Amino acid sequence: MLKYIAKRVLVTIPVLIGVVFLIFVMLSVVPGDPLTVMMGEKIKVDVIERLSETMHLNDPWYIRFVWYLRDVVLHGDFGMSYKLMRSVSSLIANAFPKTLMLAVTAAVLSWIVGIPAGIVSAVRKNSLVDHLFMGFALCGVSIPAFSVGMLLQNIFNGILPVSGFASPIHLILPAMVLGWNAAGTIARLTRSSLLEVLEDDYIRTARAKGLAPLPVILGHALKNSLLPVITMMAIQISSLLSGAVITETLFSIPGIGRLTVDAINGRDMPLLQGTVIFTTTVIIAGNLVADILYSVVDPRIRVEGGK
Amino acid sequence: MATFEQAASLAARLAVDSVKEQFSPQERLEAVQKIEEEELQYMPMPDTMRTKILGMCRENKVAAVSAVVLAVMALVIIFADKLTVYDPNAINLLERLQPPSKVHWCGTDDLGRDIFTRILYGGRVSLLVGVIPTTISMVIGIVLGMVSGYIRQLDAVIMRMADIVLAFPSIVLAMVVMYTLGATTSNIFIALSMIGWAGTARIVRSQTLSLREQEFVEAARGMGVKKWTIMFRHILPNCLPSLIVLFTLNIPDAILSEANLSFLGVGTQPPDSSWGLMVSQARTFAVSSPWMLIFPSLAILIMVLALNFLGDGLRDAVDPHMKK
Repeated sequence: MLKYIAKRVLVTIPVLIGVVFLIFVMLSVVPGDPLTVMMGEKIKVDVIERLSETMHLNDPWYIRFVWYLRDVVLHGDFGMSYKLMRSVSSLIANAFPKTLMLAVTAAVLSWIVGIPAGIVSAVRKNSLVDHLFMGFALCGVSIPAFSVGMLLQNIFNGILPVSGFASPIHLILPAMVLGWNAAGTIARLTRSSLLEVLEDDYIRTARAKGLAPLPVILGHALKNSLLPVITMMAIQISSLLSGAVITETLFSIPGIGRLTVDAINGRDMPLLQGTVIFTTTVIIAGNLVADILYSVVDPRIRVEGGK
Repeated sequence: MATFEQAASLAARLAVDSVKEQFSPQERLEAVQKIEEEELQYMPMPDTMRTKILGMCRENKVAAVSAVVLAVMALVIIFADKLTVYDPNAINLLERLQPPSKVHWCGTDDLGRDIFTRILYGGRVSLLVGVIPTTISMVIGIVLGMVSGYIRQLDAVIMRMADIVLAFPSIVLAMVVMYTLGATTSNIFIALSMIGWAGTARIVRSQTLSLREQEFVEAARGMGVKKWTIMFRHILPNCLPSLIVLFTLNIPDAILSEANLSFLGVGTQPPDSSWGLMVSQARTFAVSSPWMLIFPSLAILIMVLALNFLGDGLRDAVDPHMKK
């Protein structure tokens, strides 16, 4: 088990370095002088020289990459934001809890709605309820989040807060927007996975020995059919954080997605680098935890992966 | 064993002889022809791609309807200039923010532009964004996936590259690429192609890994067929069914990505219209003029929904094991 975990952790290190490298290179080739972004057009020549020296701007990009990597890895330091004149790390530390709260609320919402809907659809396969639920689920993954969000803002205008992040009530609409997509995926996956398990021999045995349908489904089938759903939940961290970019922009939530969009609009390179690298690291960590959890729940993975 | 086989062949010969004695040659010929005809009638058709898809259309009505809806949408979008009298970018401030009417089927926007016309023209962006980056990314993904699965020395490098691309939240990576390259429609193609290949490569690789162990590939290798010929002539055709499904399901993803990018301001730029951009522009007017929001949203929903239904139907028809 420890060996498996160690191996999984080791594999993620080159991926992480690759992520930092890719973002660094892409943002290094963007035309435009960071100092004019920072100070405006009327900047003095000696100030340029002094700042270029302290910010290593005169060095070639690969030297700067090494400096950057060192700062990030050793000190968790992503540099200073050009526009906000604060350290990127503190901005991220400020914004991330809000995004996390939004993502967790949306995720929990999607499980509460998605798993039961998937179970009902599987049990009543091809019934009207099944078609309704699956139609609803497919709409969730087919409609852009901002359309849904704007529609909800329109409908609940005056009933619920439609923007900002002042109280938990402010989370209701954004979590619904973010959660619908996730619920759709979960419901579809629960349904197909449960349908597959329901055809297994041990389910037929359980039925043959006279168990009532409900205990068979909830006690025997569900446990095994939820395995892929658990993995999906972890993978959804990625889609929830992606979705947060849209949702936070639409609902003016000062989270990490909003920070990323602001960084792009403000051409604030260190901030953009920081937010993107941080978000991606969270996702990689999430996937790693999912892998390990899955191998705990289902030892077959570990054995096959260990070959 | 030898004696048993001899006995069996003797018995068969005896049986044939006895039949020969009973029927004239003409009668025997007719009997054989009749049997052959009957066999032809009952022999199952070989499961080609076409029969599978035709079967799907018969059984899965939703997928068939979706295919028709998509064809109609594509035609309407392609012949947009013949179907509307308005110019998508003509500003007419006298007719701004008008609700849907006989003159303006979907109303007008804040600059008095006809929304129905803009949806038709904006559909061209969605259609192109759906097809072009998906095609490019699939070609890249197929080549890299097959190379990764077949030439094992390159496997680790290619798959780590795919891991890196897949680690990013896709919309964020797309935003960064658009920021680096600049927001134009052709750069949307580049950004989405750069991101989309990784998923395809993973799937093609895993299929290549299982196909390369099969006898027909081994036979080809044994006969001295070259690596690339094996990959493209023997392995690729066997991946084709799932690739067609993947293609159908990747298009809606690309369309939604473009919509998201345009909403965030790094996709299609005004005055061009795209469905995502139109929804985004409706933001300030959504309360007073909901038609600005509803019609472009519906256009996206219908197209993406139809593609998803079609993709699901194709998947069930072609490859039931891909359901996971």
